[in-house]
Amino acid sequence: MKHRTFFWFMLPSGIAMLLFIALPIVSVFVQSLFVENEKVLVEVVTSGPFGTTTQVVVDEAATAVLNAANPLGQFNGFGTYANRNHLAFAEVAEFWRSSDSLGAFARQVYGLPFYKALTFTLAYTFIVTPLIIALGFLIAVAVNALPRLLKGPVIFTSLLPMIITPLVGSLILFWMIDSRGVIGKTLQFIFEDPDLSLKASPMLTWITLMVYGVWSSAPFAFVVFYAGLQTVPQDTLESAMIDGATRWQRIRFVVLPYLMPLVTFIALIQLMDNFRVFEPIVGFNAEANATSLSWIIYNDLRGSEVALFGSAAATSMLTILGVAILLTPVLIRTWRDFSAKGH
Amino acid sequence: MNFIKTGFLPAAILAVGIGGASACELAEGSVRILSNDFPALQAVTGAAAACATGGATVTANLTTEHRNIQVAALTADPAEYTSAVVSNSSLVPLLTDGLVRPLDDLIAAHGAGVSPNQKIMIDGRTMAIAFMANAQHLYYRRDILEAAGLEVPTTYEEVLAAAEAIRDQGLMEFPLGGTFKAGWNLAQEFVNMYLGHGGAFFEPGSAAPAINNAQGVAALEMMKALTAYMNPDFLTYDSNALQAEFEAGNVALANFWGSRAGGVTDAEGATPEIAAAIGFAAAPTVAGGTTPASTLWWDGFTIATNIPDVDAEASFVAMVHGASTEVANANPNAAVWLIDGYTPGDAAVGVLATAQMGTSPYPMLPYMSLMHTALGTEIVEFLQGSETAEQALSDVEASYRAAAREAGFLN
Repeated sequence: MKHRTFFWFMLPSGIAMLLFIALPIVSVFVQSLFVENEKVLVEVVTSGPFGTTTQVVVDEAATAVLNAANPLGQFNGFGTYANRNHLAFAEVAEFWRSSDSLGAFARQVYGLPFYKALTFTLAYTFIVTPLIIALGFLIAVAVNALPRLLKGPVIFTSLLPMIITPLVGSLILFWMIDSRGVIGKTLQFIFEDPDLSLKASPMLTWITLMVYGVWSSAPFAFVVFYAGLQTVPQDTLESAMIDGATRWQRIRFVVLPYLMPLVTFIALIQLMDNFRVFEPIVGFNAEANATSLSWIIYNDLRGSEVALFGSAAATSMLTILGVAILLTPVLIRTWRDFSAKGH
Repeated sequence: MNFIKTGFLPAAILAVGIGGASACELAEGSVRILSNDFPALQAVTGAAAACATGGATVTANLTTEHRNIQVAALTADPAEYTSAVVSNSSLVPLLTDGLVRPLDDLIAAHGAGVSPNQKIMIDGRTMAIAFMANAQHLYYRRDILEAAGLEVPTTYEEVLAAAEAIRDQGLMEFPLGGTFKAGWNLAQEFVNMYLGHGGAFFEPGSAAPAINNAQGVAALEMMKALTAYMNPDFLTYDSNALQAEFEAGNVALANFWGSRAGGVTDAEGATPEIAAAIGFAAAPTVAGGTTPASTLWWDGFTIATNIPDVDAEASFVAMVHGASTEVANANPNAAVWLIDGYTPGDAAVGVLATAQMGTSPYPMLPYMSLMHTALGTEIVEFLQGSETAEQALSDVEASYRAAAREAGFLN
């Protein structure tokens, strides 16, 4: 394609990306540098059905004057990023000084909301992503070996977890794993422990969320791998069979290397998706045991009547940074492969 | 408690004031209501919609997400909604941004039926009209208490003893219930318990937190003692889950929302035996205190600032008509109405008893919701046993300080 043609071809989506992706990110970044103007407080008499008291309220007129003078609020630099509810530099330094062992230090840092969320987010990302790829590949290979008649129904059933809306899927499972639900009761029976509850212990909640994550995203990997399997060159496979390769050897030395670019692709998408894990935490009411970066953003915006936009913006920027760091190795690898192909 | 006394006045007095359904004919104006979604509010907005007889239009958006959209919706000029139905906590952000108008002139013109104790007055101006009260109070199973040979508990110490007795006699493994879901619900339980201990959340006249004290520790310890008798999943139980637990007969005692009383005892959900055995009483007191460990709430309506006066007038008339004595008496168990002439139903006794004992209203402070959010996330570790009460309370204060600084309440 000529450069000129390419330019005009890309222009509409380029403008759309600039308007709807780049500009909002810049705006969020700017927002994260500001905190709200000081609220002018006054004490007034308030009364209602439950009696009369003197109470502090915001002097709306005086605060409006401040807001008109500084519509963005007070400039705070990276103060929001550094505060206790985000990277908490001061607190982490203090813990480092005061704790006598690495374990105690780690426990204290884990008590900070951002690091607690980051720990779960990273654990979820790095455990769920490889499992999705492995399980998706296994299903694809298994389905590919089925007789033609069975393929259609099996593919449909395997895709069901992806078809179900994440929130609804997690809610259904949430009820099933309740200590009185069908799965919860069965587990109590198997382990002969009437107090066993998947929702009460942090470790079991983590496992539940991760199992759900694999269950709901494996179909995506399966579909991609299954499509890839249809294009594996039959000649190579046949020559491998003639050479006496077993089924496992054929998969290991022919199919897998051929599908490697797809593995990279799925890893890329799933790393991004899993780093933004959110719905299962809400669906499973798991806030007590597991929070993620996306959940913190949600809580800043929706947790109270006062929406903390600066706080949410700072966590959003840190999430973008996290995704960028996660994807860098994968992207470098893709770039090397691309360059190696003789461009 | 003003509203309790007036609550028993004969209905006839008010019929003159509002003049029944026929008085509500709006010739012009657009009424657009934003409200939470539960049966009492459905009744109010439904009756308000009956005013769309003349040239006026009445629409209502009932959604549990109302508090998340109200500020943005009323900031627009003209506002998306002409009337927002609020509670004592969700009114605060609207006041802070000046998004609701004083109602005194509208009351003078059209509010003959509004009783004085319905008026939410701030600095001499009426900013909202309350029409129903709500509070968390004790729900108990008569049959279980009888079987265990127990009186209805009036203190949390008695609640613990009753729970122990019920468990000992093998009647129930987890006799206590509670809305302990991490987040808003759990924080609300702490607010109740802390106020029951006589605590104050802030230093007087300031936004500086003051909860890391003996009352705070005692409140947390009591909450933890209660959770020992709750289903181990207690950190996931919100109002819907607790209502289901009651209806399934799995819980014998809980401090639960008055607005759920009608739902728990109606024909849907619970078997007739269980529904008939559920009784209501005032919220228990704690640690020798005299006021129950609970908070009083009201729900009421406001009129938006950024709308034409004709719409404001139409909205006021429609909402007064919606929150009328007829509506209250047609739905006596849907809520504890603050409206003159209302005869309380059976399900209202818990809220009325709680209010009569001088329970404090939920603090209407502009920074209280930030404290509430900090509580909801930071006391979880204590209840899970991985942190001390002092540590949890100091975490709450630190988390609150960071948020309050960002919102401009602290420097």
